[in-house]
Amino acid sequence: MDSLLDPATAIENVNRGLAEAGYIASRQISTAVFLAQRLDKPILVEGPAGVGKTELAKSIAAWQNIELIRMQCYEGLDEAKALYEWKYAKQLLYTQILKDKLGEVIGQTDTLQAALNRLHDFGDIFFSRQFVEPRPLLQALEQKDGAVLLIDEIDKADAEFEAFLLEILSDYQITIPEIGRISAVTKPIVILTSNANRDLGDALKRRCIHLHIGFPEPRLEARIIETRVPGVAQELRKKIVAFVHEMRTLDLKKLPSVSETIDWARVLLLLHTSTLNHDVVRDTLNVLLKYEVDMETVTPQIGELIDKAERAFVPN
Amino acid sequence: MLSSRIENEQAANDLMLRFFRAARGVGCRISPPESMDAMSAVAAIGYSDKERLRDALLLTIAKTPDEKAALSECFDLFFKSPEPKNLEEAQSSDDDSSEGGQPDDGDGADAESGEEYGELAKLLMSGDRGAVASAMQAAADQAKLSEIRFFTQRGLFSSRILEAMGMERLESDIEAQQAAGNQPQRLMYARDGLREAVRDMVNDAITLYTREGTEALRNDILRNVPLNRLERQDIERTRKLVGEMARRLRDKYNKPRRKKNRGRLDTRKTIRRNASWGGIPFITVWKQKRVDKPKIIALCDVSGSVARVAEFLLLFLYSLNEAISDIHTYAFSGRLVDVSDILDGNAIDQAMQDVMKTVGYGSSDYGKSFEDFEDGFMSEVTNRTTVIILGDGRTNNLDPRTDILRRISERARRVIWLNPEPRFAWGTGDSEMPRYEPYCTFMRTCGTVRQLERVVVDLMEMDRN
Repeated sequence: MDSLLDPATAIENVNRGLAEAGYIASRQISTAVFLAQRLDKPILVEGPAGVGKTELAKSIAAWQNIELIRMQCYEGLDEAKALYEWKYAKQLLYTQILKDKLGEVIGQTDTLQAALNRLHDFGDIFFSRQFVEPRPLLQALEQKDGAVLLIDEIDKADAEFEAFLLEILSDYQITIPEIGRISAVTKPIVILTSNANRDLGDALKRRCIHLHIGFPEPRLEARIIETRVPGVAQELRKKIVAFVHEMRTLDLKKLPSVSETIDWARVLLLLHTSTLNHDVVRDTLNVLLKYEVDMETVTPQIGELIDKAERAFVPN
Repeated sequence: MLSSRIENEQAANDLMLRFFRAARGVGCRISPPESMDAMSAVAAIGYSDKERLRDALLLTIAKTPDEKAALSECFDLFFKSPEPKNLEEAQSSDDDSSEGGQPDDGDGADAESGEEYGELAKLLMSGDRGAVASAMQAAADQAKLSEIRFFTQRGLFSSRILEAMGMERLESDIEAQQAAGNQPQRLMYARDGLREAVRDMVNDAITLYTREGTEALRNDILRNVPLNRLERQDIERTRKLVGEMARRLRDKYNKPRRKKNRGRLDTRKTIRRNASWGGIPFITVWKQKRVDKPKIIALCDVSGSVARVAEFLLLFLYSLNEAISDIHTYAFSGRLVDVSDILDGNAIDQAMQDVMKTVGYGSSDYGKSFEDFEDGFMSEVTNRTTVIILGDGRTNNLDPRTDILRRISERARRVIWLNPEPRFAWGTGDSEMPRYEPYCTFMRTCGTVRQLERVVVDLMEMDRN
């Protein structure tokens, strides 16, 4: 039904759907999600920490009402943990149980060759689907209603693992040597995230729609705060956003991200703050900044930043 | 405007192919599958909304924030519709005069003989900017403007486009008017405007389409230019070039360096791995040998002519980051200082300035600098370090202290001496290269980007086998 809509409406629908799931998306993000669905392509999301990369995947799952399958990447992640593993214990148990049956099966045969042939007829029972323990990637392919497969922080995994993902990313299928190819029942929506700890390979990038999420514009961020922390008054919300926005122009080790802005808004709400003043900001600065050096840089400038935030205009 | 140019699928494909060429010119590497993706993305999005089209192309083609910025700029230039000039002015002067109720003679003449004008003149006189723009676009397509290769073709393409638009007829219209004793000022004014607009369009096309070829040629030249004779305006480009080379090498050598020790079972790990099914070894683990990534200590002469080469060597080495496990840099001219901290934190050009400030611009004293190294940092050198010395070996007739280099080479895994001077100059004048040579694993000339690349490749390969 999606394909019948013209692109403008379809993108608008994506935007609305994500908003219902609590995710305020920029036009680029909505377009990326639309294209991912239309072209059956994975999205590779890059950007600084805390701008809502992982959140995007969760929201798509919530909006589409499908399962979210998350795979956190780390160094040393391998096939056995990402794709499938054989249920060795079960295989072992079954061989024990079936030992007795073996006599019955080959009992009537006269020669060794005949016994062997009879056994061959049973196929590789121990290496069949029943004995496969599906891991996230395989699980995602097996979901009947489709799923959102979130491959989180792919840059943390080894370079080989990237290569191993290529098959699933381009063809939505995986190959298990003993069984064969397994294709997706319904193609999952695949989201990969990366913090750019390491440059990803060209082969991987080529297969994905590349979405870069940066810090949002003040207007968008104000809307995000509105959705996430509903109790904050409009005036204060604008000031919070303007303040954080000003702060991002400073030379800091770790710039405050959207998630920090949200946390800060929550804190200010809990403190029943109605307006930004020097003391409140100084006492709550540790919510926004994660390094001692950054605190030292910002603290003497709080007054100035508040002034700038007061003057800044944040459209509704 | 945009959709008017897309009459059919073929035209659309041509347009996209031209855009990809322009995009390659700004440094986006677009492979065939990527261009197919971009095409299908564009097909899904349509041409009706320029911003959406831009989003779709940025999402499918550009794969880094830098590429996105460059591509976005390229997009603007590419989809900029030609801006016919002088039309509005012509129109407004018309309005003014009609309002003022005092038509000048030129205006009257135009109006009288309007019927006899050719197509182009009529079009210009209509003042319809959109129509003129599409006519320009059509003429540009007809003249195959996108096939422009060199800036010297500017005149050729301009006249081809004007010709396709019917310039000849326009000129004869003007001449006819003049012959009849009229001065068709508005028409002449519009004609000049059209000329200018076409010239702008051709200039844009040059920026868009010739970049790809020129880029490749320039990079090829830059690879072989001696680094210390690099022109100021080429430095930034060379940095980019070196950065790209380093990126390729890094991708290649970044892989975990383990060699399978074939056929030797790692019993301990196998038992651990199979513990969950009672120690029955379903999965075997084999012993592996870790291969070390190179550990590097670089001693760089930053006096005079060697400084620039040092900058590029360091840029290269530091861009390799993950592929090298450890790098320590010492800079010297008169004395030697540890500059690793400066280089770790900053962008290379800034860092180099800071290094120069710290080390000073003295003349080089190899003996003294080696002494400083031995006194302060000798313990850093282990049997796993590769020591790279970059310098011309010109000691200003001071004691070269080859004994210290001998001691360094005894401790280190290997010592490599890189000299920006060509080999025939080694040993001439105050160059002490021959006396240093016995203590170096090898010495190389390293004056151009290409030679630099070869040295780094060798360096990475050496520790692998």
